[in-house]
Amino acid sequence: MVVAAAPSEGAHPVNKNPVRGTTLTVREVSHSFDLEGQPLPVLDRINLRIGRGEFAALLGPSGCGKSTLLRLVAGLDSPSAGGLFVEGKAIEGPDPSRIVVFQDPTLYPWRTVWGNVALGLEARGLLRTHRERVEDALRLVGLSGFANAYPHQLSGGMSQRTALARALVNDPNLLILDEPLGQLDSLTRLTMQGELVSLWQRAGFTALLVTHDVEEALFLAGRVIVLSERPAQIRAEIVNGLPYPRHRGDPHLAELRREVFAHLGLDAIW
Amino acid sequence: MRLFLAAWETVTAKLGLLPLPFFPPPQAILEVVVDDRARLGACIFASFRLLAIGYFLGAAVGFVTGVAIGWSRLANYWIHPVLRFIGPLPATAWLPLAFFIFPSSFSASIFLIALATGFPVTVLTWSGVGGVNSAYYDIARTLGAGQRFLVLKVAIPAAMPHVFVGLFMGLGTSFAVLVVAEMLGVKAGLGWYLQWAQGWAAYANMYAALLIMALLCSGVITLLFRLRDRLLSWQKGLVRW
Repeated sequence: MVVAAAPSEGAHPVNKNPVRGTTLTVREVSHSFDLEGQPLPVLDRINLRIGRGEFAALLGPSGCGKSTLLRLVAGLDSPSAGGLFVEGKAIEGPDPSRIVVFQDPTLYPWRTVWGNVALGLEARGLLRTHRERVEDALRLVGLSGFANAYPHQLSGGMSQRTALARALVNDPNLLILDEPLGQLDSLTRLTMQGELVSLWQRAGFTALLVTHDVEEALFLAGRVIVLSERPAQIRAEIVNGLPYPRHRGDPHLAELRREVFAHLGLDAIW
Repeated sequence: MRLFLAAWETVTAKLGLLPLPFFPPPQAILEVVVDDRARLGACIFASFRLLAIGYFLGAAVGFVTGVAIGWSRLANYWIHPVLRFIGPLPATAWLPLAFFIFPSSFSASIFLIALATGFPVTVLTWSGVGGVNSAYYDIARTLGAGQRFLVLKVAIPAAMPHVFVGLFMGLGTSFAVLVVAEMLGVKAGLGWYLQWAQGWAAYANMYAALLIMALLCSGVITLLFRLRDRLLSWQKGLVRW
């Protein structure tokens, strides 16, 4: 079920380099885990199509299976049923063109910030030839002065920015964000949401954000996909046509919020 | 320290409270060290050489084995039973067999020290590699890392704190085996000196050898600590240093 958004004055808000991203197709994907001998279904026939350069958000309550879907998209696990495709090709395993930023930045404590950001390049043997990309990525996230710091010296926001830089330095086509701002305090979260949007607009990758925060989903994404509780099914897809940069007090945003809450069954409080 | 020395001197040389020759005064020990310095020097060198070679060999083999067992299921399947059987056996139990099998007492001692060092290093390296946070691997895999990168640049650095615990334990057991092996087999070394002095009832010499042994062990442990400080400096902010 697709619900059209509020009308906007400007053009449809895709970013300036739509050619860079990649398409993602999720076809009839179901997945279940084995819990004490019994299968625990977490995903139920998910069908999804995300276009090049699009910023989509998966919204749903905790434990509904959103992170599982992300792991399937990243290629870290294989689905029990159905298939996932990137540009028409099936996803068979992890690949540096599809990078995940997890909720916990999980930086390597034995490496400096520079070392952590350079990880992807080093893993692929590209460090010697593309060394300057590390500095570029650090500059993008605003951590140029902290290249020699160790992870234990960073704040939560800085660690998450390092994780972002670590993802971006590899120039991914698809950036998957698994509740990346969940561990941050609300002030840092608000700032970083704005930073995420500008990074996306500049780089042009396809972004898939998983969040349980309705405000965040509406503020960042062009399309919000609402998932039900476990086993997750798609309840609704809401297109947000507002141009960037968005204003949180926008009345159109409030309307969309009401729609989303209605789908989540929380419209009584709004 | 000075108070202790003064008290010791008083109780032994001046007052004769503690019976000679079992409790020599500090001046006697000093005399021994100065007079017998050539022989003591040769013994120190011999012991240190034995310890160094045996320890490094044991640590290297232990480390590689530990990584192999921790990483590869196949290696685990084959090596684990060997480890469970041979490992817990004290290296000193191998003494008679080792001196029989190996061509020289030197190589036999090296084998024993390596064995004593290898077991704790293997077990702790294994536990370190097996205990690496799987999120580290997930991240490296999504960034395009292959098996070699995962083992060398993720598993091993993450396991280093555990490896060092194994290295310290191995050092402790290797000291014990060194002394025993020397007492029973070699031609020079501090353990040999200790026994030789006992044969002459030259207690001052025994004490001198013990003192030097203590200094040597303490020195080696300090060296290992220094190495740990350099390699694990990243832990400074994470744990109480």
